[in-house]
Parts: sequence; structure tokens; C-alpha cells
Amino acid sequence: MKETLKQAFLKSLPVMAGYVVLGFGFGIIAQKSGYGIVWVFAMSVFIYAGSMQYVAVDLLTGGATLLAAALTTLMVNARHLFYGISMIEHYKDADKKKPYLIFALTDETYSLVCSGRAPAGLDFHSYCFWVSLFNQCYWILGSLLGVLAGTVITFNTAGVDFAMTALFITVFVEQWKSTGNHLPAIIGVIASVICLLIFGRESFLIPAMLLIGIALTVGRKAIERKGDL
Amino acid sequence: MNVMYSASMIAVIALVTIALRFLPFYLFDGKRKTPEIVTYLGRVLPYAIMGMLVVYCYKGISVLTKPYGLPELLAGGVVVLLHLWKRNTLLSIVTGTVTYMLLIQFVFTL
Repeated sequence: MKETLKQAFLKSLPVMAGYVVLGFGFGIIAQKSGYGIVWVFAMSVFIYAGSMQYVAVDLLTGGATLLAAALTTLMVNARHLFYGISMIEHYKDADKKKPYLIFALTDETYSLVCSGRAPAGLDFHSYCFWVSLFNQCYWILGSLLGVLAGTVITFNTAGVDFAMTALFITVFVEQWKSTGNHLPAIIGVIASVICLLIFGRESFLIPAMLLIGIALTVGRKAIERKGDL
Repeated sequence: MNVMYSASMIAVIALVTIALRFLPFYLFDGKRKTPEIVTYLGRVLPYAIMGMLVVYCYKGISVLTKPYGLPELLAGGVVVLLHLWKRNTLLSIVTGTVTYMLLIQFVFTL
């Protein structure tokens, strides 16, 4: 138990860095938009999806309809379907821990558990449970700190939302370095750029996901021939 | 701020997010064999989706009008180079974000 906690904590340190910074940025933006500590806490506990919470502030302040909010969430978070798909086997025997493991499967948590292995000799599901819980605590903590900072900060915070872009870039670079097979990453970028140019910034995500799915399926032989995934 | 409206919005966003996370586990419960194409996609999609998310972050820039997306591209370049060099997530994110804030607040002021 003690060893599991220790290993989970050590592995989660990079996420702590990202989540505290990213949560901080979210907290500031929410606070500046009139959503204080209770709202931010509720969002970080119940939504718990980094980029979506940034978007949620936009939706709230823009007065979007509930339907528009549901559709936007569907688009922004559809990638979670794929994380789930790749964790079905790994999480199938997780028993009581399973609901929380699934609920807390964010981009960053996924990046720590997707190998399907825990550090030497530890129970995989306990390890994942603590990693998931630590990560959500960092996220909540960061976002609350952001609200507090937002109430005292008087300097210009314009541009702090770039933290999300920076986070995705670092994950992208990490993934790029982790494999010699760059075809899936390249397909993701090119398909998205093509759809962005054709469909425009408001509605390119769904076509992009479809195109990515098709390209990966059609190009499966070529991708698997390169191996290393 | 309308409390009912805000609370409903947050509930809707939370429920859709939770539904998306649970759906695959509900559809493919692990008892039946997961279709092979699904496990293949589960393996390759994370790489492609992260590429898509980076593009998503850059959807707002306009390369044809001033400032030609330069603040975003420069700050993004800083993140890539710094991360390749140090592989320190915190350092990359903080430096990139501060660079971007300085660029839009002091350099590319319109």
C-alpha cells in the first residue's frame, strides 16, 4: 500500500506540474468571468476535463443553450471514447475501483496508465486508482488556487489560456519521442488541418475525427508494417 | 449570473463527459471479445487525436492577417524546442505561456 502510494505519487509528478498550471489558468479565467470558488470547485469535481472546462467558461459567459453545450462537449471530449476503448482490457477486472477509474480517465491520466503495467510488483488497479485520484486532486487544487489568485492579481492575465496549447504540445512531443512510428500522429495533424481549411474553425472537429478514423483504418496495413506502436 | 442556468450548463457538460467516458466500457464489456479493429484504433488513435488537439488550439489564428498567428506560432516553437531539450513538462508549459503573454501584451500589441 505504502509502496503503491509512493510509486503513484512519483509517476504523477509531471501531471501535477501540468495540472496545477493548467488548473490555475482555468481558475483565473473563471474568476474573471464571475464564477467564484464554489463554481470552480463543482466544475473541477464533476466535469473534470481540462480543455472542456476552459470551453465551458466560454459557453457560460456567451449564454449558449443547453443543447449547444451538449454538442460542444460531445465534440471536444469525443476523444475520451478512444481512451476508453484502449483501456477496456486493462480495466475489466478492476471491480469497485472501476467506476472511478473510468470517470477520471483524462488525457494526462490516460498517458500514465495506458501502458497497462504498474511499476514492479504492484497491483495495477490500485496503482491506477491512486494515480487517478492524485491527478484529480492536483486539478482541483490548481483551479482553486487560480480563483484565489484571480481575486488578488491585478496584472494583465491575457494569454494565460495558452497553458492549454502548451500542455497539448508537450504531450504531442512526448508521444512523438516515444515511438518511431509517426504515421498516426502525422495523420492526425494533416487530417485536422485539411478539415479546418474546408469546414472552418467552428465545425471542423467532427469531420476531422471522421477523416482520422477513416485514414487510420484504410492505412492500417502501412501503419502496422512500420511497427513500434 | 443566473444560478439555475449556470448549474444546468455544468450538469449537462458533466453528464455528456461522463457518458463519453463510460460508453466504451458499456459497449465492449470485456466478456465478449473486443473487435480487433477497435483494439487497433485504441492503440493508434491517441497519437492522432493529440495531433488534432494541437491543431484545435491553433484554430483561432489567421496566417493572412496581422499578426499572422506569430505570437501563437513563436510561443509554440518555444514549447517544442524547450521540451525536446529538457523534457520537463512544467518548465515547457510555464515558459511557453509566459512567452505568449509577453508577446501579445508587449510585442504584438494592435
